[in-house]
Amino acid sequence: MIPLVKRKSNAGLAIVAALVAIPFVPLFLWTFAGRWRFPNLIPSEWSLRGVYYLLEPGGQVLGATTNSLLIAGAVALASITVGLPAGMALGGYEWRFKGVVIFVVLLPIIVPPLASTMGIHLTFIRLGLADTALGVFLVHLVPTVPYTAIILTSVFAERTGELEEVARTLGASPWQAFLHITLPEVAPGVAVAGLFAFLISWGQYILTVLIGGGNIVTLPMLLFSAASGNDPVITSTLALVFALPAVLALVVALRYLKPGEANERGFVGLGKVS
Amino acid sequence: MSARLELENVTHCYGRGEPALSDLSLTVEPGELVALLGPSGCGKTTALKVLAGLLSPSSGDVRVEGSSVMGITPEKRRTAMVFQKPLLFPHMNVAGNVGFGLRMRGSTEDSEQRISEALEQVQMEGFADRDPGELSGGQQQRVALARALVTSPKLLLLDEPFSALDANLRSEMRKLVKRLQREGDYTTVFVTHDQEEAVILADRIALLFDGELQMYDRPQAFYDHPASMEVARFFGATNFLEGRAENGSVRTRLGDLRLENPGPTGDVTLTIRPEAIRLEKGENSFAANIISATYLGTQVHYALESHGIRIRAALPPHVRLEVGEEVSVRLPAESLWALEG
Repeated sequence: MIPLVKRKSNAGLAIVAALVAIPFVPLFLWTFAGRWRFPNLIPSEWSLRGVYYLLEPGGQVLGATTNSLLIAGAVALASITVGLPAGMALGGYEWRFKGVVIFVVLLPIIVPPLASTMGIHLTFIRLGLADTALGVFLVHLVPTVPYTAIILTSVFAERTGELEEVARTLGASPWQAFLHITLPEVAPGVAVAGLFAFLISWGQYILTVLIGGGNIVTLPMLLFSAASGNDPVITSTLALVFALPAVLALVVALRYLKPGEANERGFVGLGKVS
Repeated sequence: MSARLELENVTHCYGRGEPALSDLSLTVEPGELVALLGPSGCGKTTALKVLAGLLSPSSGDVRVEGSSVMGITPEKRRTAMVFQKPLLFPHMNVAGNVGFGLRMRGSTEDSEQRISEALEQVQMEGFADRDPGELSGGQQQRVALARALVTSPKLLLLDEPFSALDANLRSEMRKLVKRLQREGDYTTVFVTHDQEEAVILADRIALLFDGELQMYDRPQAFYDHPASMEVARFFGATNFLEGRAENGSVRTRLGDLRLENPGPTGDVTLTIRPEAIRLEKGENSFAANIISATYLGTQVHYALESHGIRIRAALPPHVRLEVGEEVSVRLPAESLWALEG
C-alpha cells in the first residue's frame, strides 16, 4: 500500500509544481522573443534584447536590483532584530495586557499602509528622511515587523522552556542558554520569518514610491514602468528577475528543511496565532 | 564532594492561589538519597525547582553545606537535574549533550575523557556520535543521566526520571541510579509518585500532601509507625481500629489490647500491617470468622471479621484455611501502632 500512497503524493506534487511553473512559461518565451504575433503558439523570431537590457552597462536594472537587495536584506535583518525579542516575549511568557500588546503589534497590518504612510511621509519630510534610502528602509519595516513578530510568536509558543532549564542546571547563564539552546532551536523559524520580511520588502511598490519619491529606484518601480510602457519583452525579463528570490528561497527551503522537520521546527502553526 | 542540604520553612505560591509548597523543612545528609513522595500536584516538582534555583520560593531558606543559596542562579549552584523527559538537546549528538555542562563551565582539557567515562557509567559507550532521535527512550534517559553526572554536581535532583519508561527498563534504571549515586556519593533528592520506587531507592522518604510535609523518615517507618491515617492509607494500610487509650492499653471493640509503643492517650485509631497478624492464641488475641480468602501465590489474603469489624491479614501460602472457619487472631503488641483521633 505504501508505494501507492507515495506515487499518489508524487502526482500531487507534480500537479502543484506544474501550477507554479506554467505561468512562467510565457514569461520565459517573451524574454527571448523577437517577434510574437497572435496566432503563433511560440515566437516566430528570437532575440536577446531582454538579456542585453538587463546587463547593459550603466543601465538601470543593476542599480535597482542592488537597491532592492540591500533594502530588503537590511529590512529582513532589522525585522528579525525587533521580531525575535517580541516573539520571545509574546510567545514564551504569560503576562497581563498581552492581548492588547499583540493588537498594537498587529495594527500596522490592520490599518491600510497607504493611510499611515501619508502621515509617516509628512514626518519623514520634517526629519529629512523623505527621498532617502534610510526612509524607504524604515517605512518597509511597517508591514514586515508585525509579520516577523507574529511568526516568531508562534515559534516560541511551541517551546516549553524546559531545554533552557536543563541548560541552566548544567551551568549555562541565561545568555548562554539563549545562544546555545534557544537560538539553534528556533533558527528554522527565524529563517522563515526573515524570508517573509525580505519578500515583503522586495515586493514593495507603493511605500517605496511614496517615501522614496522616485529618488530611490527599486526593481518593482522598473517593473511597473515597463508594464505600463507596453514592452512585453522588457516587462517579462524584469518579472523573471523579480521572481528570482522567491524561487531561490523555495529551492533552499526544500533542500535544507526536511518536510517533517519543517513542520516540527520551522513553519510551526503559522495560522495558530493570527 | 557531597554536600549537606537543608530546607527551612520553604513556602512557594504560584500567583495568588494556594501554596504549592508550604513551610517545608528538612535536612538531607551528605551522600543521602531522599525521595520526595506524594500524589501528583503535591508540590514535589516545585520543591525540586526551588532546590535547582529555577524557582525562587516565596519565603524560606535553602542551605547547601551550611550556607544559603537563595539568590544564587541555577548555573552557579552545581545542582544537576534530570527531568521526567530526557530533554536531550536535539541539535547536538550524544557527546555534545554530555559535554554541554563541561563546555558551559569552560573546562575543555580532559573533557573528551570525562564524556566517555560518563557514557561508560551509564552503559552507553559507543553511542557518542549518535543523534538523540536515534535513541530509545531508556537510552535517552541514560544519556540525560550522564549529562547531569559529568558535571560532578554537589546535589543531584531527579524529577520522576523513570516514569515514562516501561516496567522492565524502570527497574533496570533504578538499579543504575542507585549504583551511580552510591559510587559518586551524591546528595540526591528524588521526586516520585510511586511509593514502591521510593521505598526501593530512598534512604529516607519525605511524604508530601498538598504541599505539606506529612512525614520524613526511613521507608520502614512508613509501614510500622505511620504519622497519620493519611500516611498509613497512602502506604497501603487497610486495618484501622478505633479505641480509647488508658493506662498503657487500648480499649477496643475487640477487647483490651496492649501496645509496645503506647502512643497518644485518649481517642486513638490502631493500625496494623496485614503481614503482622498471627493466627494463634495469646496476648491481644480474639476469635474471628474467615469471610474470604484470596490465594496470590506467595501469600494468601484473608478477610476476617470479629464483632462487626473487618480485619485483613496476609499469611504465608502454606497456611490454608477455609471460608467460614473460626480462628484465633492475635495482634502482636510490637506491631500495633496508635494514631491520634
